[in-house]
Amino acid sequence: MAPTLDPMVGRYVRLDIDGIPHRVYFEEAGPPDGGGIPLVCLHTAGADNRQFRHLLADPEIIRRFRVLAFDMPWHGKSTPPDGWEGGEYRLTTASYTATVRAFCGAMELDRPVVMGCSIGGRIVLNLAIGHAAEFRALIALEAADFQKPWYDTAWLHRPDVHGGEVCAALISGLIAPQSPPVNRHETLWMYMQGGPGVFKGDLYFYRVDGDLREKVKTIDTRVCPLYLLTGEYDFSCTAEDTLRTAAQIPGVEVQVMKELGHFPMSENPARFREYILPVLDKIAR
Amino acid sequence: MTPADRFARLPDLLAADTDLRRRGHWLNADCRIDIGAEPFHLTLREGGLADFARGPRLLRSVAFSLHGTDDAWRHHWQKVPAPGWHDLFAMTKRGAMSINGDLRPLLQNLQYFKDLLALPRRLPEAS
Repeated sequence: MAPTLDPMVGRYVRLDIDGIPHRVYFEEAGPPDGGGIPLVCLHTAGADNRQFRHLLADPEIIRRFRVLAFDMPWHGKSTPPDGWEGGEYRLTTASYTATVRAFCGAMELDRPVVMGCSIGGRIVLNLAIGHAAEFRALIALEAADFQKPWYDTAWLHRPDVHGGEVCAALISGLIAPQSPPVNRHETLWMYMQGGPGVFKGDLYFYRVDGDLREKVKTIDTRVCPLYLLTGEYDFSCTAEDTLRTAAQIPGVEVQVMKELGHFPMSENPARFREYILPVLDKIAR
Repeated sequence: MTPADRFARLPDLLAADTDLRRRGHWLNADCRIDIGAEPFHLTLREGGLADFARGPRLLRSVAFSLHGTDDAWRHHWQKVPAPGWHDLFAMTKRGAMSINGDLRPLLQNLQYFKDLLALPRRLPEAS
């Protein structure tokens, strides 16, 4: 019997990010004869590209889009850069922006669409602020210019608390109660597998360095269309946070997604599809 | 049934959940859970309730205490809770719940405690 294969394939690409060599893992899927609009997907803090596996296997999407999802350095199968053991990992607005642009550059993507979730959504806003002309469209999931913290990140990396289990237990509440248990637990599993201190290091960008208040007012959606979608059960980036952000950006399209939380693409892929397909249709038109 | 009356059913609910007790196997902690104005003292041993005391216990020491308003618990224990009431930290963020004391046993066993405190959802809906 022939093997049952998912359509995406995984490879490693060599990138220089701010002059430092990296080996970055990504998966992609697209039209069988090549082509397709490049769509780069950015996972949430402390997770990896598996969050997008349903999108990468969706025939309706990959017949028109070349979907690429990479693991950020330190995440998933992308190892930290050489010498990582000598310091503490901290993602910054500058390093995250450089990472996304380095990936798109190394892959020679022509004006890709970028869709990011949570920290990925926040960096999408920064791409809209500083680099809009490089992109065909930008989609920010669970994103806002700023959010009020809801716990002390010191709990995420200390020897007397299991890092993977506490990360997963904290974020479990960000998943909507309607999400199927199988998808909920797969989403949690990815959090249980993060490297020590990595989720915490990502949140440095989210909480300390990545405050985009005031800056979002400079976004020009005539240069690059921007879409904001947030799940109603996300109490980290609330619907109100996203709506407040959208109110400052003329021309932005914003939606609050019912019965979804902070991880729409992995916690309830079928429900998320109802929201993201019309957006992708508009972009592909 | 008041929220405190619902919470009073916790020993039976936990006894019926062998998987939650399995996951709490390494947990030993004393804590106080306030359902509105009514305190409950929980003595947790190896994931089970060794003691469960309703009402004030003067000078009883606990590792941590968790206080939620009646309204918070009522919302939290709906079969499908509304956004903002569906998680302990959603409720602390909105000011309907507070957690005090030594949070280490709570964070070391966070999913256990979240699931434990959601058990009254399994009871019939309050009218």
